[in-house]
Amino acid sequence: MVGTTLELRGSPFLHEIIQEVPGGERIVRCLQCGTCGGSCPNGADMQYTPRTIFAMIAANQREKVLKANTMWFCVSCYFCVSRCPQKIPITDIMYGLKRIAIRERMYQDTDAPALAKTFTDLLDKYGRSFELGLASRYYLFNRPIAMLKMGPMGLSMFTRGRMSLVPTKIKNIEQLQSIIRKARELGGTQQ
Amino acid sequence: MKYAYYPGCSLECSSAAYDMSVRAVADLLGIELREIDDWNCCGATEYFSQDELTACAVIARNLALIEPQLDQVVAPCAACYLNLRKVDSLMKEDPALADKINQCLAAGRLHYDPGRVRVRHLLDLIHTDIGETAIKDKVVQPLTGLRVACYYGCQIVRPYDGFDNPEQPVKLDELMTWVGAEVVDFPVKAHCCGGHMTQISEPQAFELIRRLLHNAAEYRADLILCMCPMCQLNLDAYQNRVNSFFGTNYQIPIIFFTQLLGVAFGLDWKKLGFGKEIVPAEPVLRKKLTAPAATA
Repeated sequence: MVGTTLELRGSPFLHEIIQEVPGGERIVRCLQCGTCGGSCPNGADMQYTPRTIFAMIAANQREKVLKANTMWFCVSCYFCVSRCPQKIPITDIMYGLKRIAIRERMYQDTDAPALAKTFTDLLDKYGRSFELGLASRYYLFNRPIAMLKMGPMGLSMFTRGRMSLVPTKIKNIEQLQSIIRKARELGGTQQ
Repeated sequence: MKYAYYPGCSLECSSAAYDMSVRAVADLLGIELREIDDWNCCGATEYFSQDELTACAVIARNLALIEPQLDQVVAPCAACYLNLRKVDSLMKEDPALADKINQCLAAGRLHYDPGRVRVRHLLDLIHTDIGETAIKDKVVQPLTGLRVACYYGCQIVRPYDGFDNPEQPVKLDELMTWVGAEVVDFPVKAHCCGGHMTQISEPQAFELIRRLLHNAAEYRADLILCMCPMCQLNLDAYQNRVNSFFGTNYQIPIIFFTQLLGVAFGLDWKKLGFGKEIVPAEPVLRKKLTAPAATA
């Protein structure tokens, strides 16, 4: 491949990432320039910046990468992607790392997987997001103390007609659920 | 001009003001929005962090449901817009993935041919398809003297090359100038609002929100215009919590760009969803706009 800069052969984890992420093969072009970390709004809070993560992937440091907080601080703002001189789909690689860490329960100190699961469980059930259901379930089970602070805000949202007490269900929920079942069957992950 | 319309979940309730003002403004501009029948949630960022194929299939159902006679879809929400574009583009680049997604859709008797529908953001549509002359013609209440900060956020301008600059976009600035507003410099106009970090890690999210409010205040903006429900929610609903966290006292109204456009067009403020924002916008509008053409 033209422009290969990361060593490919020695790292099974690098091949795993390439399999996991559409366009992931571009990771081997990484120049280690650091533009990604420098552009990241949360770069300062990451244990390792994306640049470092890519070097660690090439060095097959699988466990260290999957236990890192890096991907959980990625908010999908795509600043790094738009600036990367090698057009590496960095945000999508972060999604890929999140998926593997969730599948193998390797994440630490983050409520992001719980939020994601609560969100998509509601989507699977109703076909639409349900904000009150999401907030109450997520906070109750994961951040009960923070829930108290959310009270006044929730109330002001409610009084302005910005929070529904009941979920909306799409008409053809069976169709959506058949599509989701098929996706899981075809290589999606176990939920 | 007819377009398929994908409002997305936020516009149904928490950002109802966006939906109301989008429909009102579109109607006035002769844009016919045909809501996708029985659309479903796009999954925002949450499905991609768990299951790539399901994420794509769930999004693709919406593309597949678009009426065959329509070839463009408008999504006002940033996450919805990005997700529709992302799946269409992934399917174009990767025929094997496209085939898998279509196998999933087939389980619901649906099919989507990548590239069949062009995904547009509403700002692009108003700026490009309607254009300066037609917009200026509709102004009955020029926004003269009103200082606005145009906030684009992330996912409308990145990562796909599109209708505007990914770091210093200008299309909303231009649109607001056409309707007479004074657009302030807002260097952080395409920075992140914290997204779902407000629910996961407040200190990080609050710092990002603080920077945005601080920047708008430094340039003496009367209000911040948003084009994304998440941005509006984070800046508006969390503004008081951010103030308590940092000991600041920002009181900057955060509204959707279509709401202000509607004001310039003389539409009824109630029908534009005013009053739903937590930091009230009406006082500053009444103060700054001379002889409002329409009142609440």
